[in-house]
Amino acid sequence: MKRIGVFICHCGINIKGTVDVEKITEEIADYPGVAYIENYIFMCSEPGQKLIRDVIIEHKLDGVVVAACSPTLHETTFQDALEEMNINRHQLEVANIREQCSWVHTDIEESTRKANLIIKTAIEKLKLNESLTPIFAPLTKRTLVIGGGIAGIQAALDIADGGYEVLLVERNPSIGGHMIQLSETFPTLDCSQCIMTPKMVAINKHKNIKLYANSEIESIEGFFGNFKVRIKRKPLYVDPDKCTLCDDCTAVCPVVVPSEYDEGLTWRKAIYIPFPQSIPATFTIDTENCLGFNPIACTKCQDACEPDAINYDMKPETFEEEIGAVIVATGFDLNPVENMAEYGYGKYPDVLNGLQFERILSATGPTGGEMFRPSDGKVPKEVVFIQCSGSRDPERHLPYCSRICCMYTLKHAKLYKHKVHDGQPYIFYIDIRSGGKRYEEFVQQAVSEDGIVYIRGKVSRVYREGEKMIVHGMDTLTGKKIEIEADMVVLAMGIIPSADTDKLVNILRLNTDENGFLVEAHPKLRPVESIQSGFYLAGTAQGPKDIPDAVSQASGAAAKVLALMSNDEISHSPIVAIVNEDLCSGCGICVDTCPYGARELDIIEKIATVNDVLCEGCGACISVCPASAAQQKNLTDEQIFNMIRIYTNA
Amino acid sequence: MKLPYYPGCTLKANAANFEEAAMRVMKDLGYELQEMKDWVCCGTVFSMTNDDLMLQLASIRNLLRAEEQNLNELVVLCSMCYNTLQRAKKFITEDEESLDKVNDLMYKENIRYKGSVDVTHLLTVLKDRITFDRIKEKVEKPLSLLKIGGYYGCLLLRPKEFAIDDFEDPTIIEDLLSSLGAESIVFPYRLECCGAYQTITKKDVTIKRTYEIINSARKSGCEAIVTSCPLCAFNLDQRQKETAEEFIEFEQMPVFYFTELMSVALGGGWDKSWSKLHYADPEPILKEKGLI
Amino acid sequence: MSYKMTRDIIKNSLVQKIEELSGQNVFDCYQCGNCSSGCPVVDYMDIMPNQVLRLAQLGATEDILNSETIWICSACLQCSTRCPKGVEVAKVMEALRSINLRKRIGTLDPKKIEIEDLQNLPPIALVGAFRKLTG
Repeated sequence: MKRIGVFICHCGINIKGTVDVEKITEEIADYPGVAYIENYIFMCSEPGQKLIRDVIIEHKLDGVVVAACSPTLHETTFQDALEEMNINRHQLEVANIREQCSWVHTDIEESTRKANLIIKTAIEKLKLNESLTPIFAPLTKRTLVIGGGIAGIQAALDIADGGYEVLLVERNPSIGGHMIQLSETFPTLDCSQCIMTPKMVAINKHKNIKLYANSEIESIEGFFGNFKVRIKRKPLYVDPDKCTLCDDCTAVCPVVVPSEYDEGLTWRKAIYIPFPQSIPATFTIDTENCLGFNPIACTKCQDACEPDAINYDMKPETFEEEIGAVIVATGFDLNPVENMAEYGYGKYPDVLNGLQFERILSATGPTGGEMFRPSDGKVPKEVVFIQCSGSRDPERHLPYCSRICCMYTLKHAKLYKHKVHDGQPYIFYIDIRSGGKRYEEFVQQAVSEDGIVYIRGKVSRVYREGEKMIVHGMDTLTGKKIEIEADMVVLAMGIIPSADTDKLVNILRLNTDENGFLVEAHPKLRPVESIQSGFYLAGTAQGPKDIPDAVSQASGAAAKVLALMSNDEISHSPIVAIVNEDLCSGCGICVDTCPYGARELDIIEKIATVNDVLCEGCGACISVCPASAAQQKNLTDEQIFNMIRIYTNA
Repeated sequence: MKLPYYPGCTLKANAANFEEAAMRVMKDLGYELQEMKDWVCCGTVFSMTNDDLMLQLASIRNLLRAEEQNLNELVVLCSMCYNTLQRAKKFITEDEESLDKVNDLMYKENIRYKGSVDVTHLLTVLKDRITFDRIKEKVEKPLSLLKIGGYYGCLLLRPKEFAIDDFEDPTIIEDLLSSLGAESIVFPYRLECCGAYQTITKKDVTIKRTYEIINSARKSGCEAIVTSCPLCAFNLDQRQKETAEEFIEFEQMPVFYFTELMSVALGGGWDKSWSKLHYADPEPILKEKGLI
Repeated sequence: MSYKMTRDIIKNSLVQKIEELSGQNVFDCYQCGNCSSGCPVVDYMDIMPNQVLRLAQLGATEDILNSETIWICSACLQCSTRCPKGVEVAKVMEALRSINLRKRIGTLDPKKIEIEDLQNLPPIALVGAFRKLTG
């Protein structure tokens, strides 16, 4: 029988506060198989680990149970300690008596009893654990970055600069994301386009980056380090090699649709270039609105195109690429808030959202950066900005804080004031969140020097009376009801994950939170990784954040990828499914069940097989196997039944 | 077709015109509002305290009567009765304990209340069952040239679970008016409270409300407004007398019940007796537009 | 004069009574002021609706029970439908009125209604006011 050492951690008072560790130490000392037992204040500390190492030699242990926190935290710490003493790392079991016991119970007697049982089940499991060695697999040193906004661009450039290949996939005809729509950026007020376009050009020129614009992910197969991804590139209907960007086509196109780039404030044609600095720089046809498709009713652009670049018969192309890791940087959309009737958004042309206002401020926008309001082109003299439009509103809209609105609204008010010196900006707010570097100074300067009036309270409604937008609000600091006859109203809409994030997440098999944002592996210690090996997160796809934070996270994700790429092969957990060939009837249920494509049927032998590298050890095939032929290594039926027996017999 | 109907007190007094017009209109549309038997006051205002079931008894007793008479629905005209009956029903039937307690309080009744009767506002019947398209077909005297605003007040829209339409951006009254051929106007104060029962203790509050609401309608181009609440009608119409005393520049504006205008448009005509129940005389404008 | 706060004052028995009668947690309120800015009769109130919630959070129940505000509120529910935190402010107002009314404190004495009014007022106004305002 194995000689097992049991080490019970106090975790300060986290465990000891509700579990009587001394009592358990006594109770378990005589349990069959236990050769040594000890408790200590912090097992994960160096003295704690040394204790384990010393005892292993002294008491000739060949297995260790550490009763402490969740294995997701310190399992590898203790496994490493075992390995140092030449004991296979799979001879370690963690009994989780913190998250699953001391933290969730208050009754000392009950939680002590429960902790005792949890430890005994771990001992029972360990008794039958095999020593296993990791499975090694080759690593494809190429990374897929999904999303060509600032986060995706930054991550792609960092990895490419590190010397590894990157595929950058962008759904829209041009990269640039939302940042390219912005006028100037807080708190330094540097021009967004000026700092963004060089990066976009760098993407285009970089020898290690392959750009798939106008493309989407169709499927992904394989496993950590060795994925196969199918990328579908939608046709541009314009040959970029022939197109000279002469713009003759748009002059003749009869179809006019709202411009995405200008957030619907201007119009574009059905054949268009998203914006002059687009990367890749080419025109494209929007088939939903073009009259040249199904049936052909118009060929004006083709007729006008001198270099003969337009081809209505282009077909979508699908590319299959091999990659080792994925960075998801799919960004955000503004909350559409169609149901925000009380602010008249969508009803009155002079009620704008934040991105529309960015376009008006921008030198490349519909007004060339001049401050005119959309309804009649007049210069607005009184402008009301409403923060938390749809954010922090669990009752009707988004429960969370969108994080960027406080600062972008302030920036809007400032830039407005720079353009209209005798104008008056008002900002309705609930709290001002200015935690970033130099953000608070930015706020204070705006209030004392720029003449921006902050009003603490939420606006109840906005309606039009003649040429004015009447704003009813409240200053909760004075208790005064406020009424402003505004020329323009700007709503600081909250942000949500970009459209179809849910579909992509399904393809990639990632997790999202209740608001649809991607979930990181650990909120503090692993903020740029997904819990799924090989997937990394960057930018607003993971949660609302501003440009500095999105760029930081992108570089962080890139660093993680670079660390991975510096290996020649990847190791894979040996906790995989195995098949008892004598019991297997070859029914194939496991093949249909396996979500990873790791199970196959050997037609000649009439038995099911397991591809160790593909198997993630999820256990799905084991639970469906009618003959109990499929077993999980170190989680066999025998082990599980032993654990249940110990837990329930008491 | 017969529709079981709950009138409420005010429709038998100050708002008799509301009811009479409704009867005529529904007859034209092939329906008959059949008044339920033995109804009592609905309690008027819903009581919002959690601990006092006694305050819900008036509403519940009416619903129990309806169950006794094997009615599965009550059609209501008065916004206030609609609101109070709906909320009382939900409050009592939401949990079994309240339902039991209320039944114990009503131990002398012949049956125990189950909560099976639906409460429907007439506007919903017009929109969903009769449809505005059908009403449009029936119009004999289109209200063209009449610029009119729909005034919802509170009780058709709040709480939102009993809103007869979108509680922030309703169109049901406007749509009805359009189907009658009128130019329906959306005015900013159409969802705002008229001051309700403050008309007794804080008359100045209701006068100011009337001033603001009527002015908001006028600024938006309305020549008249319609409502479905007798209390709103009282405050917005009868209180125009005091409003004019308080604000010298205030101009009168007729306030109709929606059924009155339907009657005019569908050929049921205008009854002279209705005019007596109005303060701001509605006849001049109807004559001006050639409607009577 | 400073308002002295202790742990007994916060969540005192009257605050608990208000929460019990209204079914609302006054600490849900984060003071955005939407209730006050949308209130149609706020001009006549001595304490803004958001301040009523704030005073309840501080345990200053006397201030709100004696306020004019709770009698001005006409239960139109605009505040309740617009509150981003789902606080039904109108129910808090009703709870405050009820605590007073159950002590026979009200603002409407039926004997004092003007005769002319009494003849003209619709039943709906009279019954409504008696139920909401008469102790």
